[in-house]
Amino acid sequence: MTGELPTIRLRRATGDAVEGEALMSSEGFSPRYDLDRWSGEITKAGHSLQGRNIKGRICFFPTAKGGIAAGWAFSDIKAKNIAPLAFVFGVTNPVMVQGAVFAGITLTEGWDRNPQTCIHTGDWVRVDPTRKLIEVLRRAS
Amino acid sequence: MELDTEEQAILRGEQGVAAQEALAYQIKVGEFFGARRFVPISNAHMMGDIEVLGDSGLDYLECTARKLARCRVPVTTNARCIDFDHVDRLGQDSAEAQKERKVIRLLREMNVMTTDTCINYQTLYQPHLGEHVAWGDTGTVIYANSVFGARSNFESGPAALAAAITGRTPEYGFHLDVHRRGSFVVEMKTELHDLAEWGALGKLVGEPNQDYFAVPVFADVRPSPSSDQLKHLGAALASYGSMGMFHMVGVTPEAPDVAAALGGNPPAHTMTITRADIDGVFSGYAPGDGSGSLVVFSGPQQSLFELRTLSAMFAGRKVASGTQVFVTTSNGVRSAAAKLGYLEALEAAGVTLLEGVCFYILQNLSSMRVANGWTNLVSNSAKIVNIIGAHKFNTILRRTQDCVDIAVSGRLQ
Repeated sequence: MTGELPTIRLRRATGDAVEGEALMSSEGFSPRYDLDRWSGEITKAGHSLQGRNIKGRICFFPTAKGGIAAGWAFSDIKAKNIAPLAFVFGVTNPVMVQGAVFAGITLTEGWDRNPQTCIHTGDWVRVDPTRKLIEVLRRAS
Repeated sequence: MELDTEEQAILRGEQGVAAQEALAYQIKVGEFFGARRFVPISNAHMMGDIEVLGDSGLDYLECTARKLARCRVPVTTNARCIDFDHVDRLGQDSAEAQKERKVIRLLREMNVMTTDTCINYQTLYQPHLGEHVAWGDTGTVIYANSVFGARSNFESGPAALAAAITGRTPEYGFHLDVHRRGSFVVEMKTELHDLAEWGALGKLVGEPNQDYFAVPVFADVRPSPSSDQLKHLGAALASYGSMGMFHMVGVTPEAPDVAAALGGNPPAHTMTITRADIDGVFSGYAPGDGSGSLVVFSGPQQSLFELRTLSAMFAGRKVASGTQVFVTTSNGVRSAAAKLGYLEALEAAGVTLLEGVCFYILQNLSSMRVANGWTNLVSNSAKIVNIIGAHKFNTILRRTQDCVDIAVSGRLQ
């Protein structure tokens, strides 16, 4: 029933094609503001993902917050083996892109439909930067 | 991207491996944003400290220095995470301090001027209208674009270093006229005075309009703001809104009037800021346990004028027992403040002045919070009360005089 599963077209993207579990946030993200960069856990009080870990996930954020830190921080969390597979942003900023390219983490910006309306945390999704496409491969059980 | 003959030569490795790799990296970033070409830059400003670099970043610097990377334009460094005179007192990790020394040595090998300040635009270099630079942190970028009319994107550590090595940066974002036009209007219906009120304005405008490419146009701003007031506004807009530019009619160089600032853009919407809006920001912070045991004047580093104000406010008073007050500034400002006697008054009151750092990036900050039993963090910086959340402080924005009074009483007023 793959045909009934949603797809999202992306505005721009960089990095390798990856697939994994979606982690949906209704709030923006910054590795400086929100993330414990030693565990991969979102620790900012009141963040919509507080207590959740981004390691190995495909993280959906509507916006980027701040901040200059991501340039080095993405490479740092990748070296610590706590990086996500991909960052999927509604709108982002250059630092996130510079950091993702530097670290070799897939990153996308812009979408033709809001993922919050059609993807849920735990869904298995594929992000393909070359085709500028996100596909839901299967729903969370 | 279209490459000129020199860029093609760099990409072939004719100017060394470090420049080749730096340009290849910049091309990938430029292509993401659809940049057509590079623009030459005159100046770079980079973040590079061990707290954010981590061991992998340190390895990268070592590797890049070994490839004989040499910066071809003046490049200065942002605030770092360790003031070597305070490592023990702050309970910072001595092994990390050693790594920080190594970071500094490697950067200097590559011709980086390790100035360690986030207020380079007040103390080191003021680019002119239309001048292309490659700066980070975000507060430096929004000041350069808005107040000077210079042109920079947010350039993270590796991106600014790459730009300094190649002497150029991809032409996208705020290097292009199209992105410098105002996108919405903010009509001011109240006057602002204290620095914290300017930061509160940045929160009110930035938070609901979180978008790097959103450019607010402030109209009817009275009185005409000082550099420090614009600094706190810009830092807060960049922090809450991830914004890289604003216009202020009659104040910033690309905004002689609202129409010129918008550059033909129909404003997406118009916000109005009243006294009640500003006061509402201050009343919106939960008092937590009422503790005033940590008061911070940082983020951005303090200018000489801010230190003069603090010195006068603390003169003849004492920080409450059990309360710690931190002020951060640059080496140059600290030196001038010592000469002018401002430091003496601050130290007599029990204030700790840290040099070359910013409080929110201090190495080991989460452990420091626990070891000192800090719960609330009180500051007159709207930026720092926003940015430090991952370290689990309950943050509270207060006006400068209120911060000083809290420091002296040890309790929230």
